[in-house]
Amino acid sequence: MEDVQFFIEVLVGGLLSGVMYSLVAIGFVLIYKTSGVLNFAQGALLLFAALTFVSLHERGVPFWASIGLTLVLLAILGTLIERVVLRPLVNQPPITLFLATLGLSYVIEGGAQLLWGTQVHGLDLGIDDVPFEVGGVLISSFDLFAAATAALMVALITLFFRYTRIGLAFRAVADDPFAALAVGLRLTRIWAIVWTASGVVALVAGLLWGARLGVQFSLSLVVLKALPVLVLGGFDSIAGAIIGGLLVGATEKLAEVYIGPFLGGGIESWFAYVVALAFLLVRPSGLFGQKLVERV
Amino acid sequence: MTGPTPAQDAPLLVLEDVEATYNHAIVALRGVSLAVRRGEIRALLGANGAGKTTTLKAVSHLLPAERGQITRGHIRFDGEIVERTSPADLVRRGLVQVLEGRHCFRSLTVEENLLTGALGRSASRSEAQTDLERVYAFFPRLKEKRRTSAGLTSGGEQQMTAIGRALMARPRLLVLDEPSMGLAPLVVEAIFSTLRKLNETEGLTLLVAEQNSTVALRYAHRATVLENGRAVLEGPAAELRAREDIKAFYLGLRTPHRDGPLGGDSRSAA
Repeated sequence: MEDVQFFIEVLVGGLLSGVMYSLVAIGFVLIYKTSGVLNFAQGALLLFAALTFVSLHERGVPFWASIGLTLVLLAILGTLIERVVLRPLVNQPPITLFLATLGLSYVIEGGAQLLWGTQVHGLDLGIDDVPFEVGGVLISSFDLFAAATAALMVALITLFFRYTRIGLAFRAVADDPFAALAVGLRLTRIWAIVWTASGVVALVAGLLWGARLGVQFSLSLVVLKALPVLVLGGFDSIAGAIIGGLLVGATEKLAEVYIGPFLGGGIESWFAYVVALAFLLVRPSGLFGQKLVERV
Repeated sequence: MTGPTPAQDAPLLVLEDVEATYNHAIVALRGVSLAVRRGEIRALLGANGAGKTTTLKAVSHLLPAERGQITRGHIRFDGEIVERTSPADLVRRGLVQVLEGRHCFRSLTVEENLLTGALGRSASRSEAQTDLERVYAFFPRLKEKRRTSAGLTSGGEQQMTAIGRALMARPRLLVLDEPSMGLAPLVVEAIFSTLRKLNETEGLTLLVAEQNSTVALRYAHRATVLENGRAVLEGPAAELRAREDIKAFYLGLRTPHRDGPLGGDSRSAA
């Protein structure tokens, strides 16, 4: 009985931490779906968002005002990226765009630190991380808060895509960019909005990750955690990003506890990549990703 | 829907000696000149690779999106220089294209597809609703399928969706690329007679590229024949229809090369 309880505890802990991965992955999916760009700069965006918020807040700007100001900055950044990086590179092969975002991530990271300094900031969202017990299973209240936030955000994104005109335009562009162009949609404007939206996702993810790890340079490395999530879930599916995140979170924790001892421990940090690699061999487009079909 | 314009007798669309290339390397058009008059149905005929699709993409300023460019000549839509106007602005001014291969948004429902057509001109919700009913009146079949994903409908329904979507933008010039492609003869007739109805009742000007010259010449007022990237012949459809030699000369099945590097099947799985 105690074994089962322990298993559940590990599983729940893993699932909840997986939600944090999903949050990062969703930012990728938004951009990939609408513009076909694998945005490596998503981590840098996350760092930029969290650092901007913390720095403003530390300088005495109230919580919600800091959020608002950060959002404005993210919108400006999103528009700038579209204008300066994406527009000149339109129609280039995906690898070119990917490398551009790789470069972009260094620029954003550097810019963020130039602007706000390099010291580590603590971030207190006012949620005490006290574990509480549900039926004998200990659950972290912070993890639960993070999961609830993520769920809310996913719900908002889904409603936005389904019921607004911009959402309709997003889906049209994601489905067939050339037809969207012919129908008269302004692709450049839509891309700027998408980058801003993924900046908003980055802000939420950045705040949650920042509260856990401290807001600092290494925050941008959470992108690396999002990659196995995307491989598992598929690069163009928001549902996939969520399921992928949960899977990665759960397998990593379970593997650490149950397989770890045989390998000397510490496998949590790389086990997800092994799973992703194995998955690539079986199902390259991920669980929910669109199959690549080339018409000849 | 055609607003009064100062020069009613001036052609709506003019191409002057247009030369176009892909990747600055492959020459697709070698000097195409043609003028589409207001209120007419103009057919653009020619064999595979004659330059029909490239001509139409040039007209809608869609070539840059396919790494193509106009290297000589000019295109004017109602006086406006097309090469200096974005595709989105052309749609707002009333030049709308139905692409070759239909290009419906497959994961969107039929009705959502239609609504995207109204997004371009920032129509209000009630305007879009009115236009939606108008499109359903022309294509009652679409009303039945409004909640179905476009990707799951038949080829004919997809063609109707694509045309309906273009109509939602309230065009003055509707450009269609191979509307008959891959469709059964009865469906082709239905689509062409709807196009004729649009022309007759709403005064909509149409430019239709077709490989199926028999059908196109039956519905068009005038036709232009392209060969190897040049306009080689133009005349009233009835006249061209009567001349058997034209078919043999220009509209045969000689296929020297495709229309462009990407042709119509440019949709990669993104």
